[in-house]
Amino acid sequence: MRNCRDISALVSQGLDKKLSLRERLAVWLHVMMCNRCRNFQKQTQFIRKAARHYTDDLQSRLGKKS
Amino acid sequence: MTDTLFTEQTLAEQRPVLFRYALLQLRDNELADDAVQETLLAALQSASGFEGKAGVRTWLIGILKHKIADHWRRSAREASVPEFTQTNEDDGETEQDEFFMSNGHWNGGPKAWADPEAALKQQEFWTIYETCQNNLPPKMAKVFMLRELVGLEANEVCREAGLSEANYWVTMHRARLRLRECLEIRWFNNTKKEKLHA
Repeated sequence: MRNCRDISALVSQGLDKKLSLRERLAVWLHVMMCNRCRNFQKQTQFIRKAARHYTDDLQSRLGKKS
Repeated sequence: MTDTLFTEQTLAEQRPVLFRYALLQLRDNELADDAVQETLLAALQSASGFEGKAGVRTWLIGILKHKIADHWRRSAREASVPEFTQTNEDDGETEQDEFFMSNGHWNGGPKAWADPEAALKQQEFWTIYETCQNNLPPKMAKVFMLRELVGLEANEVCREAGLSEANYWVTMHRARLRLRECLEIRWFNNTKKEKLHA
């Protein structure tokens, strides 16, 4: 059985590739019961969004010319 | 056409029953959980095997029985094989894992964040975000930025940063753990006063 370390690793991987059905199921079942992993999932999605904003902002600050 | 009968929700509803069933047989929480998970996976993969007459639960329990039988066969055969728990930390950076305890549970771990969307609109947040990003160890920061700021695919990042794929997953996992912790400490745990005014 997978623990929080494994699940959070899968959550992270899921942001960078498509997980297998088995992996997605494991994450999904775990996250239903585990607040902290659920928080991790939301927060990593938020971090991705923040990184996009940051990049956009950086581009508009630095790259006006193009 | 039978595929659409099975939503994950339908299967999830059966889970407590299946779990209790497995637990009674296996007498072990983890084993039972594994068996149920295997069962649900098998069900998702072969929804067409479901005849409809017997009812979903009966069908699922039929699968579960096989999984439990498999378990007994395996454990009889592999009685002496120790379980492997750790994945190889094959990179040089064998730092103690400060985020998790030795059993893999969170050490501290992610708290709920209040209104992250609102943070995106605040200038002070971006200062902190930038600090946190810059505080990542150099190689990790590079990998993170290639992926999240530049927008390369994972395999492209590996090529760019000279990483093995396995190393990439570990690095990104750590980067995200660090970033979220930094943001939590410096922003989300820290803005209660401002939030009252905002």
